Amino acid sequence: MKEMITIAMPKGRIFEEAADLLRQAGYELPPEFEDSRKLIIDVVEERFRFILAKPMDVATYVEHGVADLGIAGKDVMLEEERDVYELLDLQISKCYLAVAGLPGTRMNDVAPKIATKYPNVAARYFREQGEQVEIIKLNGSIELAPLIGLSDRIVDIVSTGRTLVENGLVEYERIVDITSRLIVNPVSYRMKDERINELVDRLTSVTQEGVKAR
Amino acid sequence: MSQLFMFEKPLGMRDTLPELYEAKSQVRNAIGNEMKQWGYQFMETPALEYYETVGTASAILDQQLFKLLDSQGHTLVLRPDMTAPIARVAASKLLKEDLPLRLAYSASVFRAQQREGGRPAEFEQIGVEMIADETVSADGEVIALMVSALKQAKLENFQISVGHIGFVQELFLQILGTEERAQSLTKFLYEKNFVGYREHVKGLNLSSIDKQRLLDFLKLKGGEEVLDFAQSLLENGKGREALLQLQQLWEIVVDYGEQEKLKFDLTLVSHMSYYTGILFEVYADQVGFPIGNGGRYNLLVEKFGKTTGATGFALRVDRLLEALGELKKAEPAQCILFSDERRKEAFQLARDKRGTGVKVVLQDINGVRNIDQFTEQYGEVTFLIGKAGRGNES
Repeated sequence: MKEMITIAMPKGRIFEEAADLLRQAGYELPPEFEDSRKLIIDVVEERFRFILAKPMDVATYVEHGVADLGIAGKDVMLEEERDVYELLDLQISKCYLAVAGLPGTRMNDVAPKIATKYPNVAARYFREQGEQVEIIKLNGSIELAPLIGLSDRIVDIVSTGRTLVENGLVEYERIVDITSRLIVNPVSYRMKDERINELVDRLTSVTQEGVKAR
Repeated sequence: MSQLFMFEKPLGMRDTLPELYEAKSQVRNAIGNEMKQWGYQFMETPALEYYETVGTASAILDQQLFKLLDSQGHTLVLRPDMTAPIARVAASKLLKEDLPLRLAYSASVFRAQQREGGRPAEFEQIGVEMIADETVSADGEVIALMVSALKQAKLENFQISVGHIGFVQELFLQILGTEERAQSLTKFLYEKNFVGYREHVKGLNLSSIDKQRLLDFLKLKGGEEVLDFAQSLLENGKGREALLQLQQLWEIVVDYGEQEKLKFDLTLVSHMSYYTGILFEVYADQVGFPIGNGGRYNLLVEKFGKTTGATGFALRVDRLLEALGELKKAEPAQCILFSDERRKEAFQLARDKRGTGVKVVLQDINGVRNIDQFTEQYGEVTFLIGKAGRGNES
């Protein structure tokens, strides 16, 4: 019998795209897979156990080894810097991290304030630009911050740009492109290498990266 | 800062309660005995060292060091590993004759946790250092000893991945031309970022053949056959030496009869600059982090003033215990409850039993409120109370 593999999946938007990708790779997932409210879903036929986590937490589960594999956005990887293998660019959930703010404004000269869900990424980015900024960590609705004067700029994920436009904000700089990645715990990568290699091969063949490599 | 409650401990510091202590000593003894059987000599070093010496020479990142100041204003560190202190002792005291040294240790090391709990900041390492022997036989010996010691500790399901930093350096230098470019590609391996590695390679100004060589490098993971594949990525002989060493290592471990747990992984880069040759990590089922690691560190002893090679490994006792699962309960002690009248008799009985290797608790019955509850925890209970049955006068 094949050994059980635990995969940490991000709840929300990325989940459906990730499930589609697994199906394309030939894995049989039950039709009600996406509708379930369970946090742990066993797919016995494929010897998979899925755990559904907050996107930001996926890398944490994988680093601690309670999940062998995970699907995590590059934004999470950059912010969390977890000790896990980043094996494959799944080319799903494309978006980017950007600096945005009210149009025609400049950052405060003395103490520019940046609101973000990504304090590490934001601090690193501005430091590389030679600017010292003060980071204010928020957990959501980041666009509010410049509108009501909490910060000069925000650093946030942009996918279509609609949220920015609707709130009267403009993008100032694009920081980095984001896609979802297949990540693996370093021990699982060795101890369960057969199953993981198979999964990686099958996913490689259905992602863009596989097309280009051939 | 909020006021501390009296039960609180600094982040990552843990107590070892009796049951865990017992399990730890069993593992420590099993492994330590095996090391002694192979002729390794145990030693100790101080918990505090200078930051400028051991602190900077150690492989552990600066932000993980616990630092404090002594009364002269020197920065001290709580030792973050045992390898650097042992290298210091070896270089300054033990290596006078330049003869191979086989040293062992089991000690607490200290590494600050920045981010969150879930990981101890003080934990016990048990390991060996083999200093002043630069042969592959030395690397083979420490790996075989590690396997043997883990088996003695009754660990069954584990695996060792072996890499060679010399091969990575030579291959990258051959293809990329400069140290700097090789270094920036190596960084992706160190960060375990294969996606970034591939993107970086694709963006380089190289022939498609060379790009393919670098991409194929990521596949160098598996059994002995990996070495042949690795050979095919090299051109004109250079870098062969590393592969020859790995080949030789394989043969040595086969001769020890311990090859079953060994796999090659040439993408393994445990540290950016510490290791200089063969390096390895050990993994076990059910534990998300490596239970141990090691390798050849020929530059470390040099930092302490002697030019010589060294290799060794360190196992983490806490993770090893996690891998072993259910703690083996220690044999319960026997209990003798006595009253004053038969005290002397009780003491004699205890002495006799202890003489045969039995653990005996002596308890004055007047000191216990709930006798049933108290005696529950012991294997055999003897009551020597009241005046009756006087005997055993000596």
